[in-house]
Amino acid sequence: MAKITYIEHDGTKHEVKAEAGMTVMEAAVKNTVPGIEAECGGACACATCHVYVREDWREATGQPEEMEEDMLDFAFDVRESSRLSCQIKVTDELDGLVVNVPEKQF
Amino acid sequence: MAGDVIKTDAVIIGAGPVGLFAVFELGLLDIKTHLIDILDKPGGQCAELYPEKPIYDIPAFPIITGQDLTEGLLVQIKPFDPVFHLQQRVDELKPGSDGGFHLTTDIGTRFETKIVIIAAGGGSFTPKRPPLSGIEQVEGTSVFYSVRRIEDFKDKNILIAGGGDSALDWALNLHPVAKRITLVHRREEFRAAPDSVNKMRALADAGELDFVIGQVMELHGEGDRLEAASIRLKEGEMTRLECDRLLPFFGLTMKLGPVADWGLNLERNHIPVDTEKFETSTKGIFAIGDINTYPGKLKLILSGFHEAALMARQAHRYVYPDTKLVFQHTTSSSSLQRKLGVK
Repeated sequence: MAKITYIEHDGTKHEVKAEAGMTVMEAAVKNTVPGIEAECGGACACATCHVYVREDWREATGQPEEMEEDMLDFAFDVRESSRLSCQIKVTDELDGLVVNVPEKQF
Repeated sequence: MAGDVIKTDAVIIGAGPVGLFAVFELGLLDIKTHLIDILDKPGGQCAELYPEKPIYDIPAFPIITGQDLTEGLLVQIKPFDPVFHLQQRVDELKPGSDGGFHLTTDIGTRFETKIVIIAAGGGSFTPKRPPLSGIEQVEGTSVFYSVRRIEDFKDKNILIAGGGDSALDWALNLHPVAKRITLVHRREEFRAAPDSVNKMRALADAGELDFVIGQVMELHGEGDRLEAASIRLKEGEMTRLECDRLLPFFGLTMKLGPVADWGLNLERNHIPVDTEKFETSTKGIFAIGDINTYPGKLKLILSGFHEAALMARQAHRYVYPDTKLVFQHTTSSSSLQRKLGVK
């Protein structure tokens, strides 16, 4: 189990308990966190589960692989901290993870 | 392209797995089909979104990719000679005077059909619109998602955004006619074919084209005229680029599209149907697969297959009103086996 905090663009916080093995996207969708659309359902085939990983968590969540980096081309306002949340697997080590949800998914 | 009207028993809108299997179920009942799809190949989402992704819930296939599922379906429906009309979107669907329906696609292909099966999944794939404020006002005059007429781009300052084949191909193809081409992409790496990337880089090195690493963040202009775009460069600083055309290439997304204008009842972007015939609020128009809704609906390929089989029974009543339909199994019916070409 890991506690994940999603912060919406307007500052609204959503704290979610996620089981290890699911993805950060799945945990958001299961708990109806607004702003994570996940149009393709987690196939790394769209960019509508885009999140910004907080600086202090970037090492633990790792770097995007090539396919994810390609898909990030389709996101809006991509930054150094950008990830597709369907590609971040929840582990016990990620307990306390904080991600920001972008203003717009597209 | 507007030629003669194509007359057929059934038009299937959408050539995804469920649309393809509908060819099979209708074919067994001697109903001839034409399929229309906006993509350049059959397979729908399976082909466009996740050809390599394994699917685990197709009965009897513990694991199968979207590509293999599509190919298997194409083999299965081959005996029925379905006619594909690809890279076309049905824009108009109207009842005909004879009880059937008239359809017209965006490039002018016309159909007269007895029944229509909407198997359009999440709708039609359309280019993604970047969430830039005011972009709607300049679409069609300064912002385009495809190049239909080269003249619209002649002697223009063109900003092309994206890093795939469309972005690179158009940067290269419009370069000879444009006043100036600027390609904006968020990183050094491209998804496009290496050959086009090399050509683009050669032009950039020769000073004939600008390549900027950055992202379009804002548009500026007057009325329906684009004048400039604000680009956020790699290090975070903003720069203003004068341009009178923008071609954003950020892939495709699914939108319900013209389906909403066909006079059918809709529920939250889905088409309600009954669970006996999978017919819409208009008799003779069916909806199967992800696009329909009914109590208990599951968006599964296997549910779409089931819906196709039941839909075909009712379809038969419209296409052959005077023939009684007797249920037969493919394992034992010699007449079905003849249709499948195995007997």
